[in-house]
Amino acid sequence: MNYPQLLSLAAPETILTLGAFLLLAVDLASPRDWSARLRFRIGGLLACAGCAAVMIWIGMHPGHINAFGGMLVVDPLTQLVKLVLLVLVLFAVLISIESTFTLHPGEYLALILLATVGLMFLVSAEDVLMIFVSLELTSLCLYVLTAFNKCSAKSAEAALKYFLFGGVSAAFMLFGLSLLYGLSGATNLRAIAAGLAGREGDPLLSVALVMTVVGFGFKVAAVPFHLWAPDAYEGAPTPSAALIASGSKLAVFFVFAKVLTLGFAGAEGSGAWHHFARGWTPVIALLAGLSMILGNLVAIVQSGVKRLLAYSAIAHAGCMLLAVMCHSGQSLASLVFYAATYGLTMLGAFGVVVVVESVAGDDKLCSFAGLSRRAPGASFCMLVFMLSLAGIPPLAGFFGKFYVFVAVLKTGAPGLGLFWLVALALAMSAVSFYYYLQVLKQIYAADSPPNAPSIRIPLLLRISLFLLAAGVILLGIAPDLLLGAIERALAAAGMDHA
Amino acid sequence: MLAWTIYSSFIGVLLLMVIPKDNAALARKVAILSALAGLIVAVAGFFQLKPGVMLHISTRSWISSLGAGYHLAADGVSLTLVLLTGLASMAGVLFSWNIQNRTKEFFALYLALIGAVYGVFLSFDLFLLFVFYELAIIPKYFLIAIWGSHRREYGAMKLALYSFIGSAMVLAGLISAYVVSGVHTFDLFVLARQPFPHGFQLWAFPLVFGGFAVLAGLWPFHTWAPAGHVAAPTAASMLLAGVVMKLGAYGCLRVAMTLFPEGLEAWKTPVATLAVVGIVYGGLVALVQRDFKFVIGYSSVSHMGFVLLGLATINTIGLSGAVLQMFSHGIIAGLLFAVVGRMVYERTHTRDLPALEAMGLSKSLPFAAVTFVLAGLASMGLPGFSGFVAELEILLGAWRAFPSIALVTGLGILISVAYMLRAMQKAFFGAVPSPVCHADQPPLEPVSVPERLGAALLLGVALLVGLYPRLLLDVIVPSFDSPLFDWLRKGGGR
Repeated sequence: MNYPQLLSLAAPETILTLGAFLLLAVDLASPRDWSARLRFRIGGLLACAGCAAVMIWIGMHPGHINAFGGMLVVDPLTQLVKLVLLVLVLFAVLISIESTFTLHPGEYLALILLATVGLMFLVSAEDVLMIFVSLELTSLCLYVLTAFNKCSAKSAEAALKYFLFGGVSAAFMLFGLSLLYGLSGATNLRAIAAGLAGREGDPLLSVALVMTVVGFGFKVAAVPFHLWAPDAYEGAPTPSAALIASGSKLAVFFVFAKVLTLGFAGAEGSGAWHHFARGWTPVIALLAGLSMILGNLVAIVQSGVKRLLAYSAIAHAGCMLLAVMCHSGQSLASLVFYAATYGLTMLGAFGVVVVVESVAGDDKLCSFAGLSRRAPGASFCMLVFMLSLAGIPPLAGFFGKFYVFVAVLKTGAPGLGLFWLVALALAMSAVSFYYYLQVLKQIYAADSPPNAPSIRIPLLLRISLFLLAAGVILLGIAPDLLLGAIERALAAAGMDHA
Repeated sequence: MLAWTIYSSFIGVLLLMVIPKDNAALARKVAILSALAGLIVAVAGFFQLKPGVMLHISTRSWISSLGAGYHLAADGVSLTLVLLTGLASMAGVLFSWNIQNRTKEFFALYLALIGAVYGVFLSFDLFLLFVFYELAIIPKYFLIAIWGSHRREYGAMKLALYSFIGSAMVLAGLISAYVVSGVHTFDLFVLARQPFPHGFQLWAFPLVFGGFAVLAGLWPFHTWAPAGHVAAPTAASMLLAGVVMKLGAYGCLRVAMTLFPEGLEAWKTPVATLAVVGIVYGGLVALVQRDFKFVIGYSSVSHMGFVLLGLATINTIGLSGAVLQMFSHGIIAGLLFAVVGRMVYERTHTRDLPALEAMGLSKSLPFAAVTFVLAGLASMGLPGFSGFVAELEILLGAWRAFPSIALVTGLGILISVAYMLRAMQKAFFGAVPSPVCHADQPPLEPVSVPERLGAALLLGVALLVGLYPRLLLDVIVPSFDSPLFDWLRKGGGR
């Protein structure tokens, strides 16, 4: 394989990188008297155009290539996940476009695109080295994006926490991966699994497994490695938090599932009630259970909406871990569907937070009081997002949960050994219903402060909120639109019986 | 065609979302037209049905990855309840004609609730049924939290959480049944034929039945009902008691009992016992309430106990009595809540029985007094009203299945006479006030035309069904011959 071939294989990532450079150049060249807001709009539209161009490229160039022993895998499944990822990034850019927190929109948007490049490489990687490198590329961009509000001490604090936790987790992960390499002599995931065959009881393997899970656990904010998340979500500029909660979640979960399913194939063990067996599934089951319990219970007492969303994100990570745990084709499909719809919903919710912040200056629950009379459209969108997060039909969040539960129970069939996890998840979703309703109660039932003017929402933001809400409703009513595509991609990529 | 009951409600919701915010008169018109359309379709569908024949409305496939279909159908049981929904929704709009605050939002939520309820009664695909079932929770919450009265946020949240926990139990049971059966469909007709393992039925039945029964007000999970009913605005409490509680009972019959007959056989005595405890307990608590609306709220718990008892008998007469009782209680409880919430409370601004006693409302609001007396008599189970036939059938059914429990149930009927008479006497026929000390107060606003229409509609139906119960029974009873009710015959039912 020569360089032109490699470039064409990695064309989506290349286009996006070039787009980021172009963005920087345009911002640099723009006249000095242009306001930051105008430059933000120009840059934002450029970034959106870049994402759209990459999506079109991916759509026109289906491929099925495994280059350099899994360093760069291009198949229908990774293409589809990248497409979803780009949609999420595009909306993250759209909700940032009216922001006023920075005077350097060029750099902000370029970092978003570069983080996306990292996420796209991550999705394509089946090699632990490549996984680590792209994860670091993404993380470094996200740390900076978190710190981008230079006027806010909270933003700096959040970024520092995120950075320190992230750095430690990277060390853990690297340790785990190096042990894996030592055990199997390979860096490709499938080769690792082959090399590990027959060593299921090896204590070194357990250490490698735990270290790897700790590393990824930090990235997806699963309990007990979640402590950075609430601070990062609260302190970061809202669009950055939205990106961390949506696009980055999707890609990291996808690769986490791949590492466990492919790399630790043969060491699954069992998490079924009364039939626990050593392996990685009971570990993930434990993390999932703890995340759902702690995330939901702590979210109840939050008074800030971003912190509330952060704890609910931890709870949702628990639900996605359930899908990771099942290591079947159906569960992988349910994971991608869940993460995609969850990302859309979170983006929308953060978009509404942007609206409220621009008026009230903070994201306290009481700042949402009476929103339905000041901004009926945005309030209705928030209703859709909150109910989807709570899992109320016919919204996408309900179907995502439903499909994950079906996948989990099918894994434990015929004895329904994993019913305990589904029961726990359902019980905790009742808890989550309470705090989502608290937000909606403020918006719809509480009285707005006297003489509060109605809120004018910028057109682009209004359109993107509307599109996100429409997407959440549409994917709830007709989940086959996305799910069918995922299942076809899985079958084409040969992962449907993973 | 019956599917248009659902669509007309949701079209009404969409229309209400786009009309201007301040045009309350237009919002009312949209609401009543949409409710009327639903009622007309329901009545037409009712007369179209041939007894004993399943009416399939739509059998399109929907989510192929799961095997969920858009399967709408109707038999006598569901049609009876669709008819009830049509009547209750119509009456509810008439009784909320005076809503001034955020009128269009009120009716949009109201119609969304109605549409979801129609959907539950017409769904024969369990996924679809569940979707409609959960969809109904959200409007209930907002109707109470925004337009409610006494402790509205508490009542609304309690009701929403109870409903959600109940539906989570149902969901756990449904997914398990889907996975255990191994079939790739949620179609009720297919799933009902699956022989589920006995051990599975033993724990799945209480899960699903209990989940639905929370909404039906099964003791001791009934506490949401009085709190929610009392907090709700009139139209919402009419719907809650009149229709939404029936969703729970209907789910018990249509899903839990149909899927898990062996589980039902094993659990029927505990269910019947809890139902009777609910009948007696609800009645006794109603007997000592000071708040007029709490009396009706607890009487609903008591009357829904009859429905659950009828279901637990597992014989044709008990079941048909249960379905008839659902209809009858829906009409009568709706009427009682209308009198208490709309006719009395919105004029006197108190529901405290001793305070009402001093007002002598039978003089100032004669229409309300007459309506309440008639509705109260119907609620006691006086012959000539629909409640009498229904409770008689349930008692007969219970006598065959559980003689000792049936005896206690008779006590429950006596208690219902006591608390109704007490409420009637205190609220309307208290001491006549001396004209001197009340002269400075403005006279109460007379009962309006929409209220009279709504009351006449509900009273007329209660009387019609009471005098000619075969109108409904001829539709209900033959539907038990369908293969869906095979368990009724296997279980020794007569």
